[in-house]
Amino acid sequence: MTEVVTENQPRRTSPPMLSFQSLTVAYTGSPVIDELNLDIQDGAVVALLGANGAGKSTLLRTASGLLAPRAGRVQLDGQDLTSVAVENRVRLGLAQVPEGRSVVTELSVDENLHLGGLWRYRDRSDRNAAVDQMYEMFEPLWRRRMSLGHELSGGERQMLSLARALISEPRVLLLDEPSLGLAPRVVAQLMTLLRETADRTGLTVLLAEQNVTSALSIADRGVVLGLGEIVVDAPAADLAADPALRQAYLGF
Amino acid sequence: METFVFLFATGVSRGLVIALFALSLVIIWRAARIINFAQAAMAIVAVFVAFTVVGLTGSYWAGLIAALATGALLGAIIERGLIRRVPHVTPLPGMIVAIGLVMVLQAGLGILFGPEHRPVQAPFSESPFVVAGIPVLSPYDLFVLVVALAVLVGLGLLFNRSTLGLQLRASAVAPEVSRLLGVRVPRMVTIGWMLSASVAALAALLLVPTELGLSAHSADILFVQAFTVAVLGGLDSPIGALLGGLIVGVLITMVTGYLGAGYAPLAVLALLTAVLLIRPGGIFALKEARTA
Ligand SMILES: Nc1ncnc2c1ncn2[C@@H]1O[C@H](COP(=O)(O)OP(=O)(O)OP(=O)(O)O)[C@@H](O)[C@H]1O
Ligand SMILES: [Mg+2]
Repeated sequence: MTEVVTENQPRRTSPPMLSFQSLTVAYTGSPVIDELNLDIQDGAVVALLGANGAGKSTLLRTASGLLAPRAGRVQLDGQDLTSVAVENRVRLGLAQVPEGRSVVTELSVDENLHLGGLWRYRDRSDRNAAVDQMYEMFEPLWRRRMSLGHELSGGERQMLSLARALISEPRVLLLDEPSLGLAPRVVAQLMTLLRETADRTGLTVLLAEQNVTSALSIADRGVVLGLGEIVVDAPAADLAADPALRQAYLGF
Repeated sequence: METFVFLFATGVSRGLVIALFALSLVIIWRAARIINFAQAAMAIVAVFVAFTVVGLTGSYWAGLIAALATGALLGAIIERGLIRRVPHVTPLPGMIVAIGLVMVLQAGLGILFGPEHRPVQAPFSESPFVVAGIPVLSPYDLFVLVVALAVLVGLGLLFNRSTLGLQLRASAVAPEVSRLLGVRVPRMVTIGWMLSASVAALAALLLVPTELGLSAHSADILFVQAFTVAVLGGLDSPIGALLGGLIVGVLITMVTGYLGAGYAPLAVLALLTAVLLIRPGGIFALKEARTA
C-alpha cells in the first residue's frame, strides 16, 4: 500500500508525471485554452489559479478526458492519453474530483466510497479495508456512513468526494475548487489533509482554486491562467510573498 | 365474499405481471432516460421465439429460458445498434426511433406468423384451487405469483446488494461522476437494456396464456397498463412500479369481475388522472434533484 521510492532512478530523465503539450481546447468558437504547455513533476502540489472563466476547470476536464482537446495532448508519466477513455484514465492513476458537489446524492456515504474503490479492489474484503482506511482519515464520514449523499453538509460532501478519489490510490489528483462554499476552518483542514496525503504517498496534485491564499499555503508551485494561457509560473512561496506579482495577476 | 377472494388473488397475480413490466420500463428509464415504446413489441418477439422453442423441445422451461435470452439479446442489439446512435440531447429522438421499431417488429411478426391469435398452452392448470368451498386462484396464477416474486426479489438484490447494481444505480443518476470513478457507463447502459428487455419478455410470457392467445399485439394492453403504473409510481421508482402494479392489477380484476371488462380501462384511466392531478411526478417520485 505504501509507495516504494526507488532512489537510484535518474530523476532528470524520467518524464513529468503530468504534461500538457501545446494543448488547445474550445467549446464553440475561439479557444478557451490556447497552445498551453505545462509539466508537473512527480509528487508536486501545484496550485492552478486565475480569474473566473480563466479556463481552470476546462484544463482539468481535458486532463481527465471529459473534454477532448482541439489540438495538442495530455501525457501521464510519459503515456499519451489522447485515445484513453475517461473510465480508463482513472485506471492509469489519474483521478479527478470535479467542480461542485460531485457526491452521488442517491447513494449512501458507504456506497459512494465503495463505488470509488470498485475497479481498484476486486476483492470485497480488500475494498472494505480500503473504505475503513478512508473512514480513519475522514472521521466525520464514519458517523454519516449510512446517510444518503443529499443528507450531507457541504463540507461532508467535499470530504466524501476527496475520500472517494483517494481510495483508489491515484498517482495524480485533479481537484476543482474543493474550498467552494466551505467555512474557512474546514478549508484549512482540507488543505492540511491534502498536503499530508501528498507528502505521505507521493501523490501529485493539481489544485484549481479561487481561494488563492489557502491554495498557495500548501502548494509547491503556483500557476496562474489568464485568457487560456499561463501568465505566471512560480514557486508558491514567491507568489504568496511578492505583492507586485499578486497585485498584477491575482488582484490583491 | 367468495368472488372477492378469487378476484383479489387473481388480481395480485395479474398485478405482479404488470409490476414486472412496469419495472422493466423503470430500469430502461433509469439507465437511458428513454421511455421505451418498443418494449411490448420486443417482448412479444421474445415470446414468439419462446413458444417456437416450446414447440420444438416440448419443454416450457426451455421456452422460458429462450424468452429471457432473446429479450436480453434484443435489448443489447437495439441499444448498441440503434438507440446509441440516436442523438440524446432530448429524449424525443430516442422515443421516435422506438415507435418506428414497434412498427418494424410488429410488421415482421405479422409477415412471419400471420395476423391471427395462436392458442398457447399454460404449463399449469388454469382452473382455480378450491379451499373450503371458495375458489382461490389457479395453479397457473400461483406459478405466475411465485416467478414474479422471485424475479422482483432477485432484481432487488441485484440492484441493492451487488457491485453491478451499485454501478447501474450510480451511472443512472450520475453518469459523468461514475465515469470519473472508473465505471464503464456505456456498458452499464447496455446491461440496463438487456435486463429490462429480459424482464419485459418474462412478463409477456407469463401473461399470454391468460389472454386471448399469442399475436403481434398480445402485449400492447400490458404496455399501456404498465406505462400507467410507471407514471403512477414515478418513473424513477422501482418500489412505485411494484406497488402501482399491484394496485392496478387488483383494480382491473375487481372492476372486470364486478362491473364487466369494458370498465377496466376506464378505471385505470380515472386512477391515472387522479394521481397526476394530486402528484404530477408520480406517487413515489424522488424529491432530490439528480446530479450531473
Ligand atoms: N460547457 C461550456 N460551453 C461553452 N463554454 C464554456 C463551457 N464551460 C465553460 N465555458 C467557457 O470557457 C471559459 C473557461 O471556463 P472554465 O469553467 O474553465 O473557467 P474556470 O477558470 O474554471 O472558472 P471558475 O473559476 O469560475 O470556475 C469561460 O469563458 C466559460 O464561459
Ligand atoms: Mg471552474
